[in-house]
This record gives sequence, C-alpha cells and structure tokens, in this order.
Amino acid sequence: MNPAPVIGVLALQGAVAEHQRALHAVGATTRLVRRPAELENLDGLVVPGGESTAMARLAASTNLMPAIREHHEQGMAVFGTCAGLILLANDVADEAGLQGFDRIGGLDVAVRRNAYGAQLDSFEEQLEVRGLEAPMTAVFIRAPIIEQVLSDDVEVLAEARGTAAAVCQGNLVATSFHPELTEDTGLHRLFAEIAESRRSRRRPALSP
Amino acid sequence: MTADSTTNGNATDSAAQTSAGSVNTGLAQMLKGGVIMDVVTPEQAKIAEDAGAVAVMALERVPADIRATGGLARMSDPELITGIIDTVSVPVMAKARIGHFVEAQMLQHLQVDYIDESEVLSPADYVHHINKSKFTVPFVCGATNLGEALRRITEGASMIRSKGEAGTGDVSEAMKHIRTINSEIANLTAMSEDELFVAAKELQAPYDLVKQVAADGRLPVVLFVAGGVATPADAAMMMQLGADGVFVGSGIFKSGNPQERAAAIVKATTHYDDPAVITEVSRGLGEAMVGLNVADLPAPHRLAERGW
Repeated sequence: MNPAPVIGVLALQGAVAEHQRALHAVGATTRLVRRPAELENLDGLVVPGGESTAMARLAASTNLMPAIREHHEQGMAVFGTCAGLILLANDVADEAGLQGFDRIGGLDVAVRRNAYGAQLDSFEEQLEVRGLEAPMTAVFIRAPIIEQVLSDDVEVLAEARGTAAAVCQGNLVATSFHPELTEDTGLHRLFAEIAESRRSRRRPALSP
Repeated sequence: MTADSTTNGNATDSAAQTSAGSVNTGLAQMLKGGVIMDVVTPEQAKIAEDAGAVAVMALERVPADIRATGGLARMSDPELITGIIDTVSVPVMAKARIGHFVEAQMLQHLQVDYIDESEVLSPADYVHHINKSKFTVPFVCGATNLGEALRRITEGASMIRSKGEAGTGDVSEAMKHIRTINSEIANLTAMSEDELFVAAKELQAPYDLVKQVAADGRLPVVLFVAGGVATPADAAMMMQLGADGVFVGSGIFKSGNPQERAAAIVKATTHYDDPAVITEVSRGLGEAMVGLNVADLPAPHRLAERGW
C-alpha cells in the first residue's frame, strides 16, 4: 500500500488549520511551511485563503515564493484557494498591493482581486465541480475573479456567475472560493490524488 | 441600502447572509495569524498594508489619544472611513459605540468589511449591545471572559477579541483576558454533561453554545487579542497563548518608527514560536509607545470595564 501523501500547508497567515483538517480527513499527512527548507520532499503544497498582500510580504524575507516555484517545477503539486489563486496566477489585473513582491505563478489565468466587492457582497453558492459526484457548497469571501483563461492547458472544473471558479493545469489546482470552510472534502481528495500520482512518477516505489 | 422598517438593522434574504453566517465567520478565519492595525489617515492605512497588515481599523483617534484628549469618543467621520476604504485592498474595519445601532447602520451603508462594537468608544447604551444578527455586515466584539464572549456571539458577533486595556501599551490586561477565556474553556471541557447546565447559568450564556464550546474546546468563532500589544514579543506571546491573531492599536503609530515596527510585529506574529526571528525583528526598532501602567489608571478610565 502506498504511504499517505505528505502535503504542506503554507502557514504564513490565513485559514491554515482548516486546510489541515480537510487534508487529514482525506488521509494525507500534513506539514506547516513557513521557510524554504520545510518544502523538502513534499508531494503537494496548499496555499490557503488569507490576505495575498500579507503573505507576499511575509514570504519575501526568505525568498519563499521562488522556492515554491522551484519545487513545483520539480513535481510538487500546488493547490491555491482564494489568496492562493492570486499567488498562483500568471496575471493579476490590479497588482498595486502586490507590486515589487514575488508571487508563485505558473497558472495560466488572469485574475482580479476583490472583484465581487466588499464583504457585503460575499456569498455562498452550490457548484457542480468536474470530477466530483455531488455539487459542493462554495463560500466566496471578498473573492478574486478568474477574468480570463490564458491557455488551453487550463481545465475549468467549475463555474460561478459566468466565470471560472475552479481550475486545474497539470498538477496545479486553484479555486476562487474556500473549500476548506465546508465539510465537503471532495476537492482536497482530488488534490491529494494528484499529489500522490506525481510522487509515484517522481520517485518510483521500490519493488518488494 | 435603507434600514428595515421593523428592525434596528437591515433585512437579509437568507440565514446564510446574516451577520454570523459562514461568509462572515469565514472572513475572520482568513485573517488568522495576522495583525489588524489601527489607522487614522489613508496614509497610515497604506503604511499598514505595506507592512503586511491583514486588515486595518479606521478611526479618528487611536486609543492613546482618546485617553489623552478625554471627553466622549464616537464613530469616525464617514469621509475618513471612505478615504481609507479607497486607499487599501485589505479589509477595512471601523468602530461603532456599544449599543449604537445607527452608527452600525451607517458603517454597513459605507460598506466597511467588519464593524467593531467597541469599548474604546464611549458606550451609547449601558444595558444593551447592538442586535448584530439584524445586520448583513459582520461584527467583532470585545470580551474579558468566556461568558461575555458567548453573550456577544449570541447577539450575532462573528469574531471575538479579548479586550486588554487599549491605549496603554501595557500587555498585562490582554494577558489576563486571554488566560481567563482559555482557562474557562478548559474548565468546560472537563465537565460532565450534568455540570454544563449550571456552568451555562454561571456564565450567563445559552446552554447550547456552552455545550458546543465544551465539546470543541474552543470558541465557535475566531479569537483575536487586543489592548496593550506594543512589541513583537507581546504579539508572539499572545499567539503562543493560543490567540488566532492580534489587534495593534496605539502601539504602532504612537511609536518612534511605525513602518518598521508594524512589519516587525507582523513577522513576529507569523513566526511566534521562533525566538530567533522575534529577536531579529526587534533589533534596533527604536522607541516603543510610551506606556501607561494599567494599575495606575483610575477605575473610570479603564475601558475594559465597559460592556457587560
């Protein structure tokens, strides 16, 4: 039997414990990541919801964003939710608060931050997600919008209010909503499977 | 947005969108591990955001100045709040007086992201707090103990901050309140079901909520610490005591070097369990705010005693 995938949760700020809970529920082992050294030998990394401006600044002093990018290039899967989506996107329309700070990048989408408006415009919606059996409750909190998908490599997993809300590209997964805030762990299971399959490709299991 | 004719708040469409709904408790969850900073101008708001604040609290005077000036303190000028909302991309919070539901209606109309029903301002009602469940916008409220926290949650608060003693730079009250809340929660978790009925009576909080806290071992909403946090070490200590994050009021813009101090407190909050980082960010930080000993404050000047 394959050992459980080891999935890091970026723990600079935000909904860290919520992602850990969901990852444990799908059988993954987790590790908190605040420094580049803590990325070693991870099968996947979750970049949680929070404030992207705060995370980008906290990551800067240890060059954590480029380190995540390098590990991703070597096969580590990455799952970004809300702020995590912003940090993964190759294009951010309203960069002002993020200018001068490194992001992770790699996901061929253009996003706009806080695009739905203030907290009064935050909302919940039932979404059909490709690859999941039942619709899930998606919680959008001052959420970014995926304004444009920039490459055919990006698969849209779910749409809300006419735009993509969950996407997948290779072993990158990102949502503009917060799957970590509900009991539905479908997307975490999906991500754990992606992380695990990459690991077996990267480090073939020794024959018994 | 107009006030509902039958209530003191605004009508809402569904349970999910009332003040304590999951999008509102969820926003507080997104702020965890972060620092929320008091700011009195758009320029300060920008400095706070640039230092890595997860949200800013827009107000006219920081608590230290409210103390120094004396007299009544009320909700800020809407013009100031709008100016700050237009300047930053992080959530903007603003304060209403305890019980002043019209100030809260105005703040909701201004589209602030969170309302702080705050003892730092002069109370408008010495009996009732705002019925927060009538609003769509989320509320954070202060508490000095578990019973107070649970009463605020019952009224619709979707985030709690321990009160501490604002505007002093003296962390001892913040310490007392977070320790009190923690130990009261720990006591509940050790009780048998039979004992929880009496506990609810003594806490003056609803039984169902008390039972939930006893089962979970934590509040059902995010718990930040406020009131007297002035150094990176203060912030880290609060995080080690189990706080979900910290509010820093006067501690930043009443210090010698706000920009650096703000960034240092943000880093110390993230790396709260790493003395090397906390030491490094504290090096050469300059003057902290001039403090006041809470013990020297005459009772009428103790803000934490406002609210019930």
